[in-house]
Amino acid sequence: MARLTTPRYGRAAVLLLTGAYFLVPLACAVAFSTGVGVPGQHIGFEAYTGIFTAGGFTDSLALTLKLATATIVLVLGLLVPALVTVRLAAPRLRTLVEIVCLLPLVVPAVALVAGFSAVLRWGSDHVAGTPLFQALVALQNPDFPLVLVLAYTLMALPLAYRTLDTGLAAIDLRMLVEAARACRAPWSRTLLHVVLPNLRGALLNTAFLTLALVLGEYTVAAILGYQPFAVWILAISGSQAQMSVAVSVMGLLVTWMLLLAVATAGRARRPKETS
Amino acid sequence: MTDLTSTLETISRTRTGATVEFRGLQRSFGATTALDGLDLTVEPGELVALLGPSGCGKTTALRTLAGFERPDSGTLLVDGEDITGVPAHRRDVGMVFQSYSLFPHLTAIDNVAFGLRMSGVGKAARRARSAELLELVGLPQHAGRFPHQLSGGQQQRIALARALALRPRVLLLDEPLSALDAQVRLTLREEIRRLQQQLGITTLFVTHDQEEALSMADRVAVMRAGRLEQCAPPAELYEHPATAFVAEFVGVMSRIPARSGADDGTVDALGRTLPVHGRLPGAAEVAGGTGEVDVLVRPEAIEVTADGKGTSRIVGATFLGATTRLTVRLTDGGEVMTDVPTHAMATLPVGAPVTLTLPDRPVLVDRHRRGNSGRDGS
Ligand SMILES: Nc1ncnc2c1ncn2[C@@H]1O[C@H](COP(=O)(O)OP(=O)(O)O)[C@@H](O)[C@H]1O
Ligand SMILES: [Mg+2]
Repeated sequence: MARLTTPRYGRAAVLLLTGAYFLVPLACAVAFSTGVGVPGQHIGFEAYTGIFTAGGFTDSLALTLKLATATIVLVLGLLVPALVTVRLAAPRLRTLVEIVCLLPLVVPAVALVAGFSAVLRWGSDHVAGTPLFQALVALQNPDFPLVLVLAYTLMALPLAYRTLDTGLAAIDLRMLVEAARACRAPWSRTLLHVVLPNLRGALLNTAFLTLALVLGEYTVAAILGYQPFAVWILAISGSQAQMSVAVSVMGLLVTWMLLLAVATAGRARRPKETS
Repeated sequence: MTDLTSTLETISRTRTGATVEFRGLQRSFGATTALDGLDLTVEPGELVALLGPSGCGKTTALRTLAGFERPDSGTLLVDGEDITGVPAHRRDVGMVFQSYSLFPHLTAIDNVAFGLRMSGVGKAARRARSAELLELVGLPQHAGRFPHQLSGGQQQRIALARALALRPRVLLLDEPLSALDAQVRLTLREEIRRLQQQLGITTLFVTHDQEEALSMADRVAVMRAGRLEQCAPPAELYEHPATAFVAEFVGVMSRIPARSGADDGTVDALGRTLPVHGRLPGAAEVAGGTGEVDVLVRPEAIEVTADGKGTSRIVGATFLGATTRLTVRLTDGGEVMTDVPTHAMATLPVGAPVTLTLPDRPVLVDRHRRGNSGRDGS
């Protein structure tokens, strides 16, 4: 009996320890931000309500979500056709594509943003008055800074490449494509009706990771002077100790909720085709 | 695409196969030549089996016809129309692949309906047509299953239904049975043949299994190193192979050392002078009278008689059922395979001296090959 139950106890202990590792700091943060356990402190949720009344909560969150959506669309739109084509038509280019996609890993965000700033500054100095200048302005539109989408796309490339490449390796791409083509499906419909549905898991994973990246990204946005959620949250906490902790807890909760939403969407219903 | 709710009878009646012609197809992959001037014509409604050893270009030939490979040179004609440059999805060709190729995210019936969906057939019509095809391949009760819930044989049936759903002009099958176990392979083989004849669809069936080719096909095209070696009905291929390669690839051949006669096109083998059949790779040497050649004879055509004074000796016997295959060592050390009725074995124990007699017919001759008396072609 003992031999049977020992591993179970062992597992429980590990679970408990990891749980504690995550939950204790979180619980302490919540306790501190609500004033519980702080002697002489009045207990309440002012720190949290303060976040919503501070203004900019919805704006920054909306901006982040817009950026995340655009980044996901751009990453998938670039990588899926590229990787599929490379696998089918030019297997010898695979190493090159892999190196290009993994390159952003070795470029720190600070270096990346320095490069971006330099290019933007050079642009405004040299091409003023031309249509290119208009494009540069549009790129930096504070309502929807495309320049951030470009930066995030670059930063998301390595992870996206890995997940998509693994997903592609798990299916017999050539076979599926040829079977579809023999069923009179042109290229576009082959991609849409056969390749993408079978890459569903990989697509969702990529979207999930990209979303997580955009939600947590601070450096590039802050240096370029935009205020998505991560930047805003730091800005409003200011010097208020309780508020800054409340803000971190909020940040965590929002991130979790969004990620959970994506994960649930991924697990929901098997696609029912109309036959 | 008109009458989609047609019954099985109308499918078969409205069916007319197309003529398929390969003309001088060449295809190389780097240093490998997969197709080396392939010429082949398939008549309407005919089932031609492409038979040949692994790597001889069978799959490449089929994929070229389907539009998945481009030939380096040569043309492909369907009903006299050049389709060499037509993209795969407009070729009107149905294909069943060697490995399981159903779309994993679609149910059986949706797999069958896929091509109809791509062709813009309405939902009701394609449901009806797909159900009809599932019926045709004997799996109407599995319509709602996903591929991973089906056995290998069932998956290939669905793949066949999917290929036939669009009423293609040509059906291509690339070793569709090779991943299945023996029993399923036999039943599915018969079923494919039955369907093919019922629909009258021109079919190319790739296989490396000679039994499969001989039992199913109207004609068997034997390929070797990217070229057509011979294309003939199974019986003719077996009885009158055009080359030594075909002879040894299809069925079993015994090689008997012989000596070429004078310039009269005869050979001397086992004490007999026999005319030479056809023109052969070794013919030049025969004509030159340089001496040693091999005569190729089917094991069942060699007569074995117990003979106390015989110079040959039985050294082995393999029971094959109704017949027993004997290995006979000749005086000069060469070994020959012969088949005798099993009931005759009483007079032919292993170790017995025997005399071998060749039938009095023109024989195939090949260059002499040392230490090789026969080959199991299975
Ligand atoms: N895509 C390819 N790339 C490189 N070599 C290939 C390719 N397809 C086929 N080959 C080569 O061409 C030859 C013929 O192949 P294949 O047509 O598949 O033969 P079979 O189906 O008769 O076994 C083989 O030597 C094979 O290695
Ligand atoms: Mg093959």
